[in-house]
Amino acid sequence: MNAPDRDWRRVGGVVEAPRGVGVRMPLVDGVEKVNGTARYTADLPAQGALVGKILRSPYAHAELLEVDVRDALALPGVIGIITGEHCDVPYGVIPIAQNEFPLARGRLRYIGEPVAAVAAIDEATANAALAAIRLKVRELPAYFEAADARKSDAVLLHDNKKGNLEREVHHEFGDSAAGFAAADLIREETFECAEIHHAMMEPNAALASWDAERGHLTLWSVTQVPYYVHTSLAQCMKLDPAYIRVIKPFVGGGFGHRVETLNFEIIAALLAREARGTVRLLQTREEAFLTHRGRPQSHIRMKLGLTRDGRMTACQAEVVQRGGGYGGYGIVSILYAGALLNGLYDIPAVKYDGYRVYTNTPPCGAMRGHGTVNVRFAFESLLDTMAAELGLDAFAVRRRNLLSAPTETINGLKIMSYGLPECLDWVEQASGWRDRASRSGGDGPIKRGIGIACSHFVSGSAKPVHFTGQPHATIALRVDFDGAITILTGAADIGQGSSTVVTQVVAEVLGVEHRRLRVVAADSALTPKDNGSYSSRVTFMVGNAAADAARKLKALLVTAAAKRLQVSEAEVDWFGEAAAVVGNASRQIPFHDIVEEALVDVGMLTVKGLFTCPVEFQGGKQRGGAVGSTMGFSYAAQAVEVSVDTELGKVTVEKVWSAIDCGFAINPMAVEGQVQGAIWMGMGQAMSEETVYENGRHKAASLLEYRVPTIVESPDIEVHIVESMDPNGPFGAKEASEGPLAGVMSAIAAAIEDAVGTRIRALPFTPDRVFDAIHRQPRPGASAPAAEQGAAR
Amino acid sequence: MKSLLNLWVNGRPREDAVAENALLVDYLRDTLGLTGTKQGCDGGECGACTVLVDGEPRLACSTLAHSVAGRRIETVEGAGRDGTLSRLQRAFHEHLGAQCGFCTPGMIMAAEALLRRTPQPSRDEIREALGGNLCRCTGYVKIIDSVEAAARCEEVSA
Repeated sequence: MNAPDRDWRRVGGVVEAPRGVGVRMPLVDGVEKVNGTARYTADLPAQGALVGKILRSPYAHAELLEVDVRDALALPGVIGIITGEHCDVPYGVIPIAQNEFPLARGRLRYIGEPVAAVAAIDEATANAALAAIRLKVRELPAYFEAADARKSDAVLLHDNKKGNLEREVHHEFGDSAAGFAAADLIREETFECAEIHHAMMEPNAALASWDAERGHLTLWSVTQVPYYVHTSLAQCMKLDPAYIRVIKPFVGGGFGHRVETLNFEIIAALLAREARGTVRLLQTREEAFLTHRGRPQSHIRMKLGLTRDGRMTACQAEVVQRGGGYGGYGIVSILYAGALLNGLYDIPAVKYDGYRVYTNTPPCGAMRGHGTVNVRFAFESLLDTMAAELGLDAFAVRRRNLLSAPTETINGLKIMSYGLPECLDWVEQASGWRDRASRSGGDGPIKRGIGIACSHFVSGSAKPVHFTGQPHATIALRVDFDGAITILTGAADIGQGSSTVVTQVVAEVLGVEHRRLRVVAADSALTPKDNGSYSSRVTFMVGNAAADAARKLKALLVTAAAKRLQVSEAEVDWFGEAAAVVGNASRQIPFHDIVEEALVDVGMLTVKGLFTCPVEFQGGKQRGGAVGSTMGFSYAAQAVEVSVDTELGKVTVEKVWSAIDCGFAINPMAVEGQVQGAIWMGMGQAMSEETVYENGRHKAASLLEYRVPTIVESPDIEVHIVESMDPNGPFGAKEASEGPLAGVMSAIAAAIEDAVGTRIRALPFTPDRVFDAIHRQPRPGASAPAAEQGAAR
Repeated sequence: MKSLLNLWVNGRPREDAVAENALLVDYLRDTLGLTGTKQGCDGGECGACTVLVDGEPRLACSTLAHSVAGRRIETVEGAGRDGTLSRLQRAFHEHLGAQCGFCTPGMIMAAEALLRRTPQPSRDEIREALGGNLCRCTGYVKIIDSVEAAARCEEVSA
């Protein structure tokens, strides 16, 4: 089923890649990354730019009575200071939930919230100015746990959000009462997932330039969503978007941190306008943690009914997300948690209750797998526990509940391709699952185990966040006298390879050499709008738009070739870099001559490619039904082998075997890289990552204290690509970057249980937690409960 | 207070007036415009700023510029020769050891130091040498593959 790998090669020192899709090729912008010339936002030339710095709230919850900047303004070298007085327009990525200001107004809601910002001639002066700003506040009770914020006597963080709830979701599909009644086994368990953070390698930065003569703003920023940043700037600055230009340079990762406009971006722009010049706002690593937008701490109650041969009859889930101080993506996060209970297995009845809670902690947002990850940890874990109780193999119970495409889930999500069965088959075989008993490790303190899980995710939300009536993706191709083909896309390449995907798609359709193609991306003055790199939409939607554009361009070029060759279009044999007459290869013209002909009378060729998800894919009619809707789900299965040092509680992930159904691998090497990165990120969440607050103060706001795994503790990850050839994806392609993550934590939990006989239901699996679970004796002061048996039916 | 700093950067002699408390990373990035060396953390935690000082890997964010006076500094910009990528640069590019690329300069310099002292490292030796370089994109697998691939290649000749 896999498309043949076509190796690329160097000829005479120049790369000659086989053209098109299904090719393992390096990223088109990779050379700059390895030779040090790639410019990220902090690398952009900024001679003479002012230094921008943000003053952040030391209070978790307080009425903000006054921000006194007079002493700070009086310092020599301070050019401008802004506070909440400079912007009274709230913003936020969800149009109906915009309750955040770039600089706090009236209320401080988390330690680290921006309160004021300074533009000064150098860093020392900016720091002195920050130190000279005085805040007058009246402190309020603060809530750091969801349960406390929901108490009836709790002070509301937002006056219009009763019970400190941003959103309550109650969805019921199918008849869960009947489903549970029909079950032979029902179990309910509670799962606790710590809050985590993206920890992308590039700290936040923005460079803002206000041209006072023309009234123009230019912003360079680390964003995944230049379009949302653009609209937020226009909104908050009360500036016509026509006078704003947003440019995305190289970006050092995002994983969801940057899929909404971030406060420092608007702050940089406001500062530039206030200072009437250019401001460079470089953020520390600590500030990235405080900006946050990570995966919320989740308290999950999961209940599942199975027949004795493993058939799912009903599922009930309650999810409480601790959301932090502002709305952000919160509504979407709590909806995703319920929506993607469906779409992986065939469950006839699902009841979901979700609560998104405001707390005085940094606002959470979207993080790789958005909303679906913690719930998948809970579900797969519970499924394993129940399968074991029924004496069913972990693969067998999953195979008992497979879907069959095409189909529609009970909550209105369409599934057009479904490669999960093949994923399971490969993982079972490659991991040696059937022989695993012989690998458990004997009598010593080190025990080995293996566990599996499945997961899935959307290839872009079929209904966009902003309802504009515009296409969901637009791409432009430009060809002029030089014969080069320029691909103009708003798509934000953040390292995932979106520029490479569009290049390969265009090369495939046109058959031209990669050397003829160049990509101009994410500059609002030049490139078409793109909604952004989130929900894994780019390969599917922008890829389809690129194919559309390339087909249109090819048609124009074939017409021109026909004219130059003086034959009909049907008689043109198209080779990409040349065209000939069918049956007469000697009558051949090179690409340059074809272009020359095509330019006659009309000059430069520009063609546009479009893509829009049809309405029937945009989800069910229930409120919030669009969340989870997509044209293509990726599917993943993985097996994880661990060793556990029972004397230390230390778990080592030894090896992962992972299969991904990505529809079709436009670039198999890039797919492998994305899957490996996703698996590893899930491993980080499972093993060591958690944000920690003490009275609202972030205690792990560094890369030393927030533990992402180093190369030393990271295993080999074998990736197998399954190609279900989605009927709607470009060349059959779906996403590959978010789906695999959600299964990793429960696979590791299963492996630990296989090794030491105990199932842990709280993340992360730190040594102290694992030790306590093994020895069933919490040490004094331990907060995580040891795993408990589920209630009998 | 600035004083004259003399050292070698990527094979070329430099003489610059540099503040006593200037960090090597800021000297390279701001004074020399060599922005290939990245700052990824608040000091000493991520390895993105790794450069070579007389062939040894050092964290430029935790090194005073004046403390390496007279030494030979190598950054990622100097790794190749005459527009040709070094074998490590080429391997990271061809084997997708770089995705977002932010950790890449530090990874390449740390790997360069490794290959000079251990020309044919095992995967575990590669892990050990890069243990101070964090990456958030790749899961490290293709980074190890890239270093192995580079070790198999001849270096670009001078």
